[in-house]
Amino acid sequence: MSHEATLHGHDSHGHDDHGHHEHHDTFLTKYVFSQDHKMIAKQFLITGMVWAVLGGLMSVLFRLQLGYPDASFPWLESILGKWAKGGQITPEAYYALVTTHGTVLVFFVLTAGLSGTFANFLIPLQVGARDMASPFMNMLSYWFFLAASVVMLSSMFVETGPFSGGWTAYPPLSALGDASPGSKTGMDLWIIAMALFVVSSLLGGLNYIATILNMRTKGMSMTRLPLTIWALFFTAVLGVLSFPVLLSGLILLIFDRNFGTSFYLSDIFVNGVGALSNEGGSAILYQHLFWFLGHPEVYIILLPAMGMVSEIMSINSRKPIFGYMAMLGSLFAIAALAFLVWAHHMFVTGLNPFLGSIFVLLTLLIAVPSAIKVFNWLTTLWRGNIRFTPAMLFAIGFVSLFISGGLTGIWLGNAALDIHLHDTYFVIAHFHIVMGVASMFGMFAGVYHWFPKMYGRYLNNSLGYIHFWVTMAGAYLIFWPMHYEGLAGMPRRYFDFSIWESFKQFAELNRFISTVSMIVFAVQILFLINFFYSIFKGRKVTTTNPWEANTLEWTTPINPGHGNWPGEIPEVHRWAYDYGKDGKDFIPQDVPVGADESSH
Amino acid sequence: MNSLVAEKKKFTQYQVLLWVGIGSILMAFAGLTSAYIVKKGQANWLDFDLPSVFWISTVVILVSSFTMQMAAKKHKEGQQNQFKGFMTVTAILGISFLILQLQGFAALEANSIALTGPKSNSAGSFLLVITGFHMLHLLAGVIALVIISIKAPKQGESVSLMSTYWHFVDVLWIYLFVFLNWVG
Repeated sequence: MSHEATLHGHDSHGHDDHGHHEHHDTFLTKYVFSQDHKMIAKQFLITGMVWAVLGGLMSVLFRLQLGYPDASFPWLESILGKWAKGGQITPEAYYALVTTHGTVLVFFVLTAGLSGTFANFLIPLQVGARDMASPFMNMLSYWFFLAASVVMLSSMFVETGPFSGGWTAYPPLSALGDASPGSKTGMDLWIIAMALFVVSSLLGGLNYIATILNMRTKGMSMTRLPLTIWALFFTAVLGVLSFPVLLSGLILLIFDRNFGTSFYLSDIFVNGVGALSNEGGSAILYQHLFWFLGHPEVYIILLPAMGMVSEIMSINSRKPIFGYMAMLGSLFAIAALAFLVWAHHMFVTGLNPFLGSIFVLLTLLIAVPSAIKVFNWLTTLWRGNIRFTPAMLFAIGFVSLFISGGLTGIWLGNAALDIHLHDTYFVIAHFHIVMGVASMFGMFAGVYHWFPKMYGRYLNNSLGYIHFWVTMAGAYLIFWPMHYEGLAGMPRRYFDFSIWESFKQFAELNRFISTVSMIVFAVQILFLINFFYSIFKGRKVTTTNPWEANTLEWTTPINPGHGNWPGEIPEVHRWAYDYGKDGKDFIPQDVPVGADESSH
Repeated sequence: MNSLVAEKKKFTQYQVLLWVGIGSILMAFAGLTSAYIVKKGQANWLDFDLPSVFWISTVVILVSSFTMQMAAKKHKEGQQNQFKGFMTVTAILGISFLILQLQGFAALEANSIALTGPKSNSAGSFLLVITGFHMLHLLAGVIALVIISIKAPKQGESVSLMSTYWHFVDVLWIYLFVFLNWVG
């Protein structure tokens, strides 16, 4: 690459007086210890994809148990050994799979894999910066994530198995080593992995905020930022303010586990252990600390997807995003409310009903900014000249899932209804649709849309359409029926429902869900094949701006080097959404405003 | 719209990084002190006075903030030797603070107020965790002090960033001291 600009650190006045002499990367500095935000983004993406496959595979395994509780699969024993004696997953293994699936998907895939990838990739490119505020810290952020991944992965190979007390890691199962096999070494490794993970997301988040606030190119005022950047900004703020609280909770947990303190443990009687010598600890205290992170975490997962969907929808409707300021305001409102609703996860803990009703009110308030966003997306589509690219389909799919899953959130936000629905399959259906699958759709949309910028080639469209339609149909076929199971009282986290007369009616439905989940998983493998094949053999990108978009990343060369722009960083003269303005299909942000141009 | 003039930036990106990081650290302590208040409101809370050595450590850390400020001033004036001197004094005061805190823990244990173990009450354990976590942040500061003193950069903002962080760790202790003494 002849146009590599080296980084000399940015001065504080926004000039771009970097030297443009060549420098030679070794394999190690280019692909491994890279400080280029684009390479770090790819590292996050591929590590996240590895975790997505593992986490998805885990769900297939436990769906096998739920769909076929009486069947024996000898091949399982040959893979899992003692965890699937006689070809059937043991209860311990089942709980370990459920726990690890949750932890991995929430934190490693949809936090690190999503924010880590797109915040890293898009922030410098779209605000017009050569790299992050601190490329070194950015590199550390990835390495802490990788360390967390290695520790979490290793927990699956210890004698007593990985942690199995649920992804929320409530005490006493998490605080008491003797409580279950998974509470032993598996839990120690879980805590270490999560602590490393928190450090990684803090290092990343600090960088994202500082870069957005301080490194924007000339003319890029905050209100000219694309909505992707705003969404990633609020995501980073949420992470930086809520992950430390989880860390505090985990420190107290470490002390209870290892130093005999009584933060969470009290003089309870544990079968096989006897009465504990601890006094006065409160397990509910952990839940408060956990959910003070846990609820903002939901939006840490969701907001980046919302930002990318806004951007992709506007580009592929060839229309400005409808209500830019309303989109911005609703992002802010969601981020602010995220900190005020955590106790709606705790309605059945004996929470003071008066306090509960305040949390109900604040929770239902989230419906307002959410509805604003949905209507703005729909009105962006309205009478647009829509290009149904795979990215666009996934973006539209996101809105569909966000509506379906959001509406059940209004049910669950009511304390009176939640007492019935808490810890049932209704909750599983709700959060998988609104947070899990929806954000995954946002991530897919992002990958399909920005793949040409990442690798200079296109993903295969036909495979993309198959991927979208099967996943879209599959998402609803898997999770829609779970609402009914949950309404009928079917509890989550049970190993085997066939022993209850009242749940026998769902045996066939459970089998159906399990079958669909395997088909959907198979289609994700198809996507992986598409992804890795296209990196090397995909159709080459021949123009710098293949989607005819306005944002700055499309002003860089097809394969931008470290430093992004070979020459000066372009100056910004307008917002990112001048589509179909004054008879012009699109006007990129770096085009000066014409004398006779109308204002938007 | 014709606002094409580059914005004059009030803060460098490293200052933004530091201040947002400080906000992040504050949230960790807000979490711990909130948990402290919740726990205190429940049964089984042991009331005890803070060890008197904490008063000494408070004075030590206040003085260290002053020496840090002097180091930053000397650095600005280009007096490298005095800069290094004040940095060294600050680091020594920081280490003294850590030792005094440890003595405070020992004093509590000597008065049979267990901080850990089966006889501990969460009042004592909270004191250990909160002040211990603060000590870790101060220790990181001492390490940074040593590195910057050795490197002794003639320009750049590392000294002023260091000074901001050091004052923050000081103010954080004042907050915790007041909290543990009178609020909690």
